[in-house]
Amino acid sequence: MATGMNGFFARHGKAIREGMRDGVPIGAGYFVVAFSLGIAARDAGLTPWEGFVASLLNNASAGEYAAFTLMAANASYLELAVVTLIANARYLLMSTALSQRFSPRTGTLHRVLVGFDVTDELFGIAIARPGTVDPYYSYGAFVPALSGWSIGTALGIIMGNVLPTRAVSALSVALYGMFLAIIIPPARQNRVVLGCVIVSFAASLVFSVAPAFAQLSAGTRTIILTVAISSVAALLFPVSDEELKHGDANAKGDEEGATHAA
Amino acid sequence: MQHSIPLYIAVMSAVTLSVKILPLTLIRRPIRSRFVRSFLYYVPYVTLAVMTFPAIVQATDAPLAGAIALAAGIVAAWFGASLFQVAATCCALVFLIELVML
Repeated sequence: MATGMNGFFARHGKAIREGMRDGVPIGAGYFVVAFSLGIAARDAGLTPWEGFVASLLNNASAGEYAAFTLMAANASYLELAVVTLIANARYLLMSTALSQRFSPRTGTLHRVLVGFDVTDELFGIAIARPGTVDPYYSYGAFVPALSGWSIGTALGIIMGNVLPTRAVSALSVALYGMFLAIIIPPARQNRVVLGCVIVSFAASLVFSVAPAFAQLSAGTRTIILTVAISSVAALLFPVSDEELKHGDANAKGDEEGATHAA
Repeated sequence: MQHSIPLYIAVMSAVTLSVKILPLTLIRRPIRSRFVRSFLYYVPYVTLAVMTFPAIVQATDAPLAGAIALAAGIVAAWFGASLFQVAATCCALVFLIELVML
């Protein structure tokens, strides 16, 4: 048994540790966001335990916020299902993208477990690693991320607004900082990715103020823009097999970064 | 009709988990279409960029603090700062700027 455990850690320990390391800032950011989500859950009448379970099973900020708001309004189950589907539809795209980065040999259980906690950030760090996705890296990242998210929600329900507003304001940009750390290095390496990022920023700004689009939920705007911009980029700048085989732009970035550091 | 919160939670969780898990478990082969492969290659960058801006400017009490955090985060990430370093830089800047401004 002991040697079995040793073998397990010899094979997967490094990936688990790296995942936990990258998951800590995500979990810290989640904790703060979940805390404010907990306030919405309390308004909907959830107990701390119910909030904990809802966040453990969903781990989706926009989706949960929309769901709690509907619960507070005593909406029908069908309404709740449809809104949750729309708010979380971008995960369909992320899960599909992840499926292409798994080794075909990876079994169903690993796929279910990695899929269980697809979030914007955890997807981002998994896809940013070169080569095929290592499920154990994701499991390592899930531990701090899910803890921060679920415990944060429960504490938000229990304690409400105890953090000073200035601290909440400062911590609210943590998640966006992480997004930047994921998209900017590949944009530096690949001009098409850089163009995509600039066009996405501009289009997102237009959509958030244009009268016809501003009333759509943020989740819906994200889906529309993601499908539109990625389709145009794919039509105009199809990616070569060579680039796909090397994983993604990040893989190149890492190699050059390492050379640079050396 | 009064709804049950545990049932509400069961419904939202079933929908969320299906969305996250089904593509990953059902799509087992490499997708052949060059368009679809290229599309999926660009998806993460576009999604995260769309979600970052202008949301980062709207998230802070003072929009200027969010804007400066955005600029600083881009510069830090461009020059190779880690995930944690970029996030911490953005948070620290917002805290300091709002301390001075508000």
